[in-house]
Amino acid sequence: MLKDLLLIFIGAVLVNNFVLSRFLGICPFLGVSKKVDVALSMGIATTFVLTLSAAATWLIQSFILEPYGLSRFLQYVSFVLVIASLVQMIEMFIKKTSPNLYNSLGIFLPLITTNCAILGLALLSVNKSYNLAQSIVFGVGAGIGFTLAIVIMAGIREEIEKADIPEGLKGAGITLLTAGILSISFLGFSGLISM
Amino acid sequence: MSQVFIISVGAMGGIGILFGAFLAYSSKKFAIETDERIKEIEVVLPGANCGACGFPGCSAYAQAIIDDGVSIGLCSVGGQAVTEKIGKITGISSDSDMAAKVASVKCQGGTNCSNNFEYVGIRDCHAANLLHKGEKSCKYACLGLGSCINVCPFNAIRINNLGVAEIDLSRCTGCGICVKECPKAAIELVPAAAPVHVLCKNIEMGKIVKPKCSVGCIACKLCERVCESKAIKVEGNLASIDYTLCTGCMACVDKCPVKAIKGRASEVEEKQSCCV
Repeated sequence: MLKDLLLIFIGAVLVNNFVLSRFLGICPFLGVSKKVDVALSMGIATTFVLTLSAAATWLIQSFILEPYGLSRFLQYVSFVLVIASLVQMIEMFIKKTSPNLYNSLGIFLPLITTNCAILGLALLSVNKSYNLAQSIVFGVGAGIGFTLAIVIMAGIREEIEKADIPEGLKGAGITLLTAGILSISFLGFSGLISM
Repeated sequence: MSQVFIISVGAMGGIGILFGAFLAYSSKKFAIETDERIKEIEVVLPGANCGACGFPGCSAYAQAIIDDGVSIGLCSVGGQAVTEKIGKITGISSDSDMAAKVASVKCQGGTNCSNNFEYVGIRDCHAANLLHKGEKSCKYACLGLGSCINVCPFNAIRINNLGVAEIDLSRCTGCGICVKECPKAAIELVPAAAPVHVLCKNIEMGKIVKPKCSVGCIACKLCERVCESKAIKVEGNLASIDYTLCTGCMACVDKCPVKAIKGRASEVEEKQSCCV
């Protein structure tokens, strides 16, 4: 049981990293990864939403959607409803506790709602028929994997700022190239644990 | 069948109400005090969110006025009227008298200007500019591919029948976004009341300009000699006008041998005649 959870966790963080292997959540990955501290805060906020929404969507799936067979048409609607409410709550929390962080995250905070990693996590959990504990660990793992990817990216981008980039590659070009190389490097983890 | 319907509606409604109540409670618990004047200023601002004031949108500018005390005269779209209204709300008197500005594309090239090659690529001025600074033989020319049109929040730019960008003076608010966007720096902000414009930015010598473009400034200085107010001067092979001295007599417009100088009224006339 515990080994099971550990495998799911490592799988979500390294082997099947949500950003670098599953290519979910790329919008904030590219948008908020300019500075390490902002990236870290974004990662933590996303982890929080991921964990809570993993729990909430599992509850809805198990107690409301599956028993009454509503899954095939209400799944997306109810999942997005839950995710949007959670993001709204965390937005209010951040606005109150740290206005500076709120301003530096800017538009990307409400954009966590449309972050496909969150909906992707919920749907993947349903797909793999995880129980509650497994879903929550999956959520935490996905969040930490996302945070890991975005912080590494931020670190690299801070260094790139000082380098001499060819004119045609400045901005989006070099960022996407870096993301691609980072993604290839994470391929090295595949086969680490067989799921 | 109807059982599924009832349960679906009940379930979704229930979840909605639950989260709604939760959010309502959170908003009370995490409420922060905001100054009412920010909302009032937002109502008064034009709401175009063009960014000309230097802030990302009208709400951000309203907040900056109250929180950071920035100047209330930064909205070039609203102009003097909006500045006065903000002054009434905040009790700050507007110190500067803002002269309205408009954009002007300083080029009449297009079909008048020869091409060095034929550009077959993305129809975007930035892309065309990457290739030897554009297809035109004049490297200061408007490329006419419309990057400025894409960014204008007021739809005030179009490509005229010469193939260069042209500003619709009835719609331009002087926000300056096109000025920043143009890769050739061919657009400038000029006073809205300016009666005359030099429509060229080429600083090469006249004998180089003449074979390239039939309406490019050749720095012959005839305009400088005929101007009675000494408002127009030729410096660095290009004529430029000092609008504090210009009286709008149009002597330079008549005298210019290549017709590089145009009056504002004639710009509007040409526009109206070709829009039939």
